[in-house]
Amino acid sequence: MAKIVFKHPESLKENIFHYCPGCGHSIVHRLVAEVIDEMGIRGVTIGVPPAGCAVLAYNYFDVDMIEALHGRGPAMATAIKRCLPDRLVFSYQGDGDLAAIGIAESFHAANRGENISVIFINNAVYGMTGGQMAPTTMLNQRSTTTPAGRKQAVDGYPVKVSEIFSQLDGATYVERCAVSSPAGVNKTKKAIRKAFQCQMAGLGFSLVEVLSLCPTNWKLSSVDSCKYIDEVMSKVFPPGVYKDQTGQSGKTAEARP
Amino acid sequence: MNKILMSGNNVIGEAAIRAGCRFYAGYPITPQNELTEYMAEHMRNAEGGVFIQSESEVAAINMIAGAAAAGVRVMTSSSGPGISLKQEGISSMAAQELPGIIVNIMRGGPGLGNILPSQGDYFQATRGGGHGDYRTIVFAPGSCQELADLTMDAFDLADKYRTPAMILADGMMGQMMEPVIFKKPKPRQYPEKFMLRGAGSGKSKFIRGLLLDPVDSEAHNWKLARKYEVISENETRCEEHRIDDAKLVIVAYGTAARIAKGAIKRLRSHDMKIGLFRPITLWPFPEMRLRTLSEKVNNFLVFEMSTGQMLEDVRLALQGYADIEFHGRPGGAVPTPAELANVIARVYEQKD
Ligand SMILES: Cc1ncc(C[n+]2csc(CCOP(=O)(O)OP(=O)(O)O)c2C)c(N)n1
Ligand code: SF4
Repeated sequence: MAKIVFKHPESLKENIFHYCPGCGHSIVHRLVAEVIDEMGIRGVTIGVPPAGCAVLAYNYFDVDMIEALHGRGPAMATAIKRCLPDRLVFSYQGDGDLAAIGIAESFHAANRGENISVIFINNAVYGMTGGQMAPTTMLNQRSTTTPAGRKQAVDGYPVKVSEIFSQLDGATYVERCAVSSPAGVNKTKKAIRKAFQCQMAGLGFSLVEVLSLCPTNWKLSSVDSCKYIDEVMSKVFPPGVYKDQTGQSGKTAEARP
Repeated sequence: MNKILMSGNNVIGEAAIRAGCRFYAGYPITPQNELTEYMAEHMRNAEGGVFIQSESEVAAINMIAGAAAAGVRVMTSSSGPGISLKQEGISSMAAQELPGIIVNIMRGGPGLGNILPSQGDYFQATRGGGHGDYRTIVFAPGSCQELADLTMDAFDLADKYRTPAMILADGMMGQMMEPVIFKKPKPRQYPEKFMLRGAGSGKSKFIRGLLLDPVDSEAHNWKLARKYEVISENETRCEEHRIDDAKLVIVAYGTAARIAKGAIKRLRSHDMKIGLFRPITLWPFPEMRLRTLSEKVNNFLVFEMSTGQMLEDVRLALQGYADIEFHGRPGGAVPTPAELANVIARVYEQKD
């Protein structure tokens, strides 16, 4: 009898991704869906896609979803989770969405220790709007709004979301991964599972930052994009576990009145 | 039923909770803080009640949108600057057809303005405020009793039409105390199929706002437009006060209408035949009633605590069939009934 070792995740619809070839969103979508399948939580999961390239995520995820306004995913997710505490609620956000326009909503959801999970796609550009500078764009990186490269003097520095969010007492689990290699993909999946488990156990806010490819706006091939993540982005945004209090008692959502 | 003496802001909060509101998010701003504080205190005791002091008005409106999607009755409140920040969210709730109540306890504007009662947000409330082809049901209560009744009604209508509704009052209404009777709320009628609560073993649902295909997008816009037409036909409300023999009719809403009533009482005692037309819904505006009134009244005086905003709706309603005068006090100025009576008397005597 043949053993199935690879199949289409049940939590992913059959629709064909609109993402560019090589795009990291496709990889992360699949990972999230696989984790949902493996945890058997499709029926209790509510996802909040952003304004960004992943705006049509509801066409792909076979779970209940509501599209948030640009940057406001964590505010929506907060409310959904507070009303339905036994559901798994995740917001899915790009770097412009999370670290620019929506920094307040993300920061405060984390600081309140909302028992939600944030899947954060750091591709160092605004993908959807055509490759403008993001808060995570690296110094000297060219974008359509930094044609001569990002200059610290006028554009400031790349925002290090995992480093910053792990400082917040409300955050329970923060990890940065990269989907630039098979090993990185596996690690990312593990991190997503851990984040969702953290939430299902009522332990509080989890965030998985994923260094993700945008070959289109980087104007690189997929292979070179992976190299770019490994050799350039990872230096500025080192992958790793930035905070893990999932093993600690006292970190429970039960404390909520 | 017992009468309870309460301030306007608290009345709204109590009416909301009685109507089954179980999610409130808000950010402090004067002159509506008592409402936020009331919700903080009383949501705790309401079963399943959630109160969140949000990080901003932007967060608050997006929170209530999320909770509305989860199937809960929701409310947020603010004043001028905060309501401006909520506009993208209100537009989005209209687009996503999410019911929810937004309370604007108006203060003086534009900009930071001041914290005094004003009516400068009429355009913002009735013209949409946010982007795109949408409408918001807008109630303009004229007493604490109406704050109670209309807040409850607003929840029912928001659900019925799956659209955001606004309570538009001002700092005066928020602060004043009057005895109120809370009516028995109707049982909620909101089908489960519109709620996003996890797919269970069934088909997954989604709620979206972005419609990239122009065919879908145009169809959605027309669908919303038809809904707004139905609302206009069925939900328009107004009060007509002493208009039977009136030669001059004041058109005013909310606090301005209260002041006008005081002025009319004085002037009537001097035999001046003056009445009041008070829109209770600002959108839909009771334009047909007003037009009908112009068949027997030739002179109208619009009084607003603004430089003249509802005035435009009155002009549209009367379509040149009657003379329209205007008196406005913007920026937080609130005339006494005696002051307004002088203004009205002058106009009345010119017309007489
Ligand atoms: C209030 C508002 N401002 C601007 C936009 C336009 N907009 C849509 S997505 C986006 C940026 C997306 O970039 P990012 O969040 O990094 O996600 P990506 O597309 O790269 O996945 C912008 C600016 C919007 N939808 N709403
Ligand atoms: S623009 Fe970039 S982020 Fe967007 S779909 Fe294409 S590759 Fe992916």
